[in-house]
Amino acid sequence: MTTSTPAVVQAPGRSSVPSRARKVRKRLSNPWASLAAVIIAALWTIPTIGLLITSFRPEVDITRNGWWNVFGNPRFTLDNYEQALFGGQTSLATYFVNTIVVTLPSVVIPIAIALLAAYAFAWIDFKGRDVLFVAVFALQIVPIQVTLIPLLTQYNQWGLSGSFWPVWISHSMFALPLAIFLLHNFMKDIPASLVEAARVDGAGHVKIFFRVLLPLLVPAIASFAIFQFLWVWNDLLVSLTFAGGRPNVAPLTVRIAEMVGTRGSDWFLLSAGAFISMIVPVIVFLALQRYFVRGMMAGSVKG
Amino acid sequence: MDWNYISYYFNWLFGEIRNFLLVANNPGQKIFLAVVVIALFVAVMALLLWLVDRPRNPRGWLVASVFAGPALLLIGFGLVYPAIRTTYSSFYDRNGQNFIGWDNYVRAIGEPEFQLVLRNTALWVFLVPILATAIGLIYAVIVDRTRFEKLAKTLVFMPMAISMVGASIIWRFVYDYRQASSPQTGLLNQVLVWLGIEPQQFIIQQPWNNFFLIVVMIWIQTGFAMTILSAAIRAIPDDIVEAARLDGLSGVGLFRHITVPSIRPALVVVLTTIAMATLKVFDIVRTMTGGNFGTSVVANEFYTQSFRYNDKGIGATLAVILFVLVIPLVVYNVRQMRKVEEIR
Repeated sequence: MTTSTPAVVQAPGRSSVPSRARKVRKRLSNPWASLAAVIIAALWTIPTIGLLITSFRPEVDITRNGWWNVFGNPRFTLDNYEQALFGGQTSLATYFVNTIVVTLPSVVIPIAIALLAAYAFAWIDFKGRDVLFVAVFALQIVPIQVTLIPLLTQYNQWGLSGSFWPVWISHSMFALPLAIFLLHNFMKDIPASLVEAARVDGAGHVKIFFRVLLPLLVPAIASFAIFQFLWVWNDLLVSLTFAGGRPNVAPLTVRIAEMVGTRGSDWFLLSAGAFISMIVPVIVFLALQRYFVRGMMAGSVKG
Repeated sequence: MDWNYISYYFNWLFGEIRNFLLVANNPGQKIFLAVVVIALFVAVMALLLWLVDRPRNPRGWLVASVFAGPALLLIGFGLVYPAIRTTYSSFYDRNGQNFIGWDNYVRAIGEPEFQLVLRNTALWVFLVPILATAIGLIYAVIVDRTRFEKLAKTLVFMPMAISMVGASIIWRFVYDYRQASSPQTGLLNQVLVWLGIEPQQFIIQQPWNNFFLIVVMIWIQTGFAMTILSAAIRAIPDDIVEAARLDGLSGVGLFRHITVPSIRPALVVVLTTIAMATLKVFDIVRTMTGGNFGTSVVANEFYTQSFRYNDKGIGATLAVILFVLVIPLVVYNVRQMRKVEEIR
């Protein structure tokens, strides 16, 4: 429902036009304020760094003492990662592939379906359009929990359990209300004159959609795609329910959460495992920060 | 005609396709399947669009149903039907066979076990939005327009990118406990030891463990608050700030009398948004404690009851309660959002 927040988020872009007051970069003048900022930044970074360092320490060192001892006695290894990825008991490599296989269709399919629906709601006149659109908008609030048991029953009846389909279908369905709403808003922002001009030239809806609208929507699609990608990649609930612990379909999050339960004190595995699951989102985040922030803001209350 | 042969052949073909689509055992097969599924999907959509584009003047409803139909069907099947179905189940017993009226709701509100869950949820929904917003706001104001702004914001926003499972593992490690006689491996207990205090079992000791779980959610959500509020602060017109400065306001005074009132709608949006996310928090509790040691919340209890204890009735009831609790937050959020947009 934060749906229209992209508007808010665009503000920094707009105000980056340097005004007189803003050209002067203020320095951290108040020492207390700087101290507070440093403390917050430290609290938000050190836990992650601690686990990251741990993931590269030899197993004996990890159990012997805390990661901060590494500064006195630096010994590093990649064994933990090798164990976590390919070791018989964890074999996270398999689950890594599962995560990729779960994610790709779960991003592409809802975006394609939502694009078409958003086009219909924005530029095709049909009876009951507004009522339907408001209904779709309102459905964003349905918590995923409400849908799980009936869907699971249904998938089992169709004989889909144990395959990727329940996860793909569920992620696609859950993404639709938000995706339609966001893309509709972007489509509405495109000047009607452009669409009218194409219509006068004899273009049908399909042509208008592909030739006129789609190219203009690339940034919006990118933002949503990144949001959806991370949502699916990081999801636990949907996969846990529909894929369970089956090594053939379960993604990384499910496996790692399970490892916390069964091997909660094997920090050499958990630390490496956590970073194996985090590396892709972090790269996406650092590489596409702008779209990323916009997408995260837009969909922050999904699910 | 050899119909038997043909039907046998069709059955065989159907079985093969079915196997291909449902069973994938090695990485190559899986990725190939994902690609094929996407390609198939694109092909079907393209075919539909191509068909609808054929006649010169296609009927409006036909075009509309090809464009909007798939989405509406999926939403109907994936959200509307299950929501109704779950509400219905919440009035039935654990196997969904006997109608028991409001009994599940009476249990969910009355039994001590569930009261604890509701209390914990209330604690989460109260603390996480307030603290995450407060920290995010203060941090945004301090680092705004400094030399390190970009880096400083990236550091705090980063937890938004990683999974809650990952974040929970990071914090479990911070809270890790060893007996006082051996060296600590968890940072927080090491700090206690340095201060001369006994190490604590942070995620086991009730009721304080709830706060240590809540910290994880605050850690994740602060970046969100910071980003939205930072944008709102930048949108405050320069002349207002200048005028306040001329009136002698600066530092804390400027923050209290100008910044906070100017971004009030954005503050409300952030608070309600985080509250909604917190209400549905599942991953953190599940990963940190599995809902044990008195830390369960509604979203986690829903999962435990539905899938571990197989009590479909109470599970459905908890899901409906979650749904009902979200609604007022959403309504308020949407109304404030309108205000934020008007100001723009």
